[in-house]
Amino acid sequence: MSDASRRLDVLDLERPIAEREARLEVLRATASGSEGIEAVRRLEAEVREETAAIFSNLSPWQVTQVARHPQRPYTLDYLERMCSTFVELHGDRAYADDRAMVGGLARIEGRALVVVGHQKGRDTKEKIRRQFGMPNPEGYRKALRLMKLAERFRLPVLCLIDTPGAYPGIGAEERGQSEAIARNLVEMARLRSPVVCAVIGEGGSGGALAIGVGDRVLMLEHSVYSVISPEGCASILWKKAEEAPRAAEAMGIDSKRLHELGLIDRILEEPLGGAHRDPDAMAERLAAAVCEELDELDGTDPETLIARRYERLMGHGVFA
Amino acid sequence: MPPPPKARVDEPVSWFQKLRPSRIRTEGPPAGKGRGIPEGLWTKCNACGAVLYREELDRNLDVCPKCDHHMRVAARRRLDQFLDLAPREEIGADVNPMDPLRFRDSRRYRDRLAAARKSTGETDALVVMRGRTLGVPVVAAAFEFAFLGGSMGSVVGERFVRGAHASLEARVPLVCFSASGGARMQEGLFSLFQMAKTSAALARLREAGVPYVSVLADPTTGGVSASLAMLGDVNIAEPNALIGFAGPRVIEQTVRETLPEGFQRSEFLLEHGVVDMIVHRTDLRERVASILGLLSGDSIPAEPAA
Repeated sequence: MSDASRRLDVLDLERPIAEREARLEVLRATASGSEGIEAVRRLEAEVREETAAIFSNLSPWQVTQVARHPQRPYTLDYLERMCSTFVELHGDRAYADDRAMVGGLARIEGRALVVVGHQKGRDTKEKIRRQFGMPNPEGYRKALRLMKLAERFRLPVLCLIDTPGAYPGIGAEERGQSEAIARNLVEMARLRSPVVCAVIGEGGSGGALAIGVGDRVLMLEHSVYSVISPEGCASILWKKAEEAPRAAEAMGIDSKRLHELGLIDRILEEPLGGAHRDPDAMAERLAAAVCEELDELDGTDPETLIARRYERLMGHGVFA
Repeated sequence: MPPPPKARVDEPVSWFQKLRPSRIRTEGPPAGKGRGIPEGLWTKCNACGAVLYREELDRNLDVCPKCDHHMRVAARRRLDQFLDLAPREEIGADVNPMDPLRFRDSRRYRDRLAAARKSTGETDALVVMRGRTLGVPVVAAAFEFAFLGGSMGSVVGERFVRGAHASLEARVPLVCFSASGGARMQEGLFSLFQMAKTSAALARLREAGVPYVSVLADPTTGGVSASLAMLGDVNIAEPNALIGFAGPRVIEQTVRETLPEGFQRSEFLLEHGVVDMIVHRTDLRERVASILGLLSGDSIPAEPAA
């Protein structure tokens, strides 16, 4: 990504950082002598401090903005960096190949596995082709087909979650969006392969959960996971979408809160300023974490794995 | 909910007012712990506007005798219609809602829960019972739509799962009547995860070969549609029920076109292969019992040829 395009994609909350960085750029070009170098160093430190200060104190709504950042790494950005081999497989064998869901055979740190994940598009054309990362039923059916493939060949499964939600369209309803999601929930609960899920950006509702049932659920630090989008919640409960920041606060959608509530297992710290500031470092951390989790799950026989997963699912919920 | 207005018979009525449709409204909270005992004598069909004698409507299982509109049925009333009088045993009645997020929008979630409890007589949006239908032992669950839109939170998920486990243990079929707007926002991700929880329980029923029949009533959408409601070994829709993943308004805003006539109604779902059949409420009990008999694989003596 070029610097020019990056600047267009600056979030409001990032603006103070961007302004300092712009000054830094000028300074770097003009500074000379030991005094100049010293000034550059000082400003660099200021940028780091500013970034740390802003990112250590994000509101849930701000986290939502970061999770949806136009420059945030998407599934294929990670796979490109994490996998020594990635063979993409296409289609649900029934209707179509949904490009909002990608998947295939992969090798990460030497380990063979099956990966599935939502895929968003970067530019307008790609966004449309990927339907903004909102799968149709065929996307979920493709994901399931690949998970069953993993099961047949005793491979573990990695699910990367990043979607605003399942696509709400006429065709989606005609082809059974509800059934596609529901069936994945049933099948994933009993899958004989270890399943590790990671929310890398937006975990939007049933469309996210449809590839989110696993033995371990991880979240990137600045990702979100929610039952409905803050805008959707706000327009129903507050009767106006502008109340989204309050809805985000009320629902508890950020990794820290969800971890405290025991709904996710592990938070993966992001590079300073968010994953988009250093996709390579984030990919490395993600790969390491996935392998750690899989190492722990290795050797568990399928029956025990399924029984534990069941126990975990039955444990969800708070009641008196 | 305020008590329903009483008919004012002592006021003078001019002749043209007599010609206008009656304004008597008798729909209100069922009295006596939500046992579905009507308070008023008359009720109005919300489809055709016909004023109906409550007792007649009861006999017709809350289906309008004039236009065949299938009205929404309270959970307990639904189970009353479906189950034999005895034996009946409620499951999970001791599971009660909490407020893990201390959620508050324009009102506190706690207050919404209290108000829903008061108006419906229920403690949450699902009622589960063990019993028999036409002699066939079953576990039956019914959603209470009047309780926060039949939304699924922790209690609905837990009660459903307890019902599924009871059915698994006794190896008797599970039947669920859905009527729900989806997951309960006020419980955040806990609600979303109920989709996975209930579906996992149904996965065990599948493995064990215990039948599950899902009856989808108006409306069944969102997280309930995308989990337990679509997972029946047999999926049955009531006539003209709204069934779908996304709500029609959301779809309209997304695709920016007018939705086709009958979109997301039972007939549309049957046509697109999502449900097995549409069954009139008055035939429901017999049809479900017959399906369960067939799924059990039991042979019954052949009827003598005429």
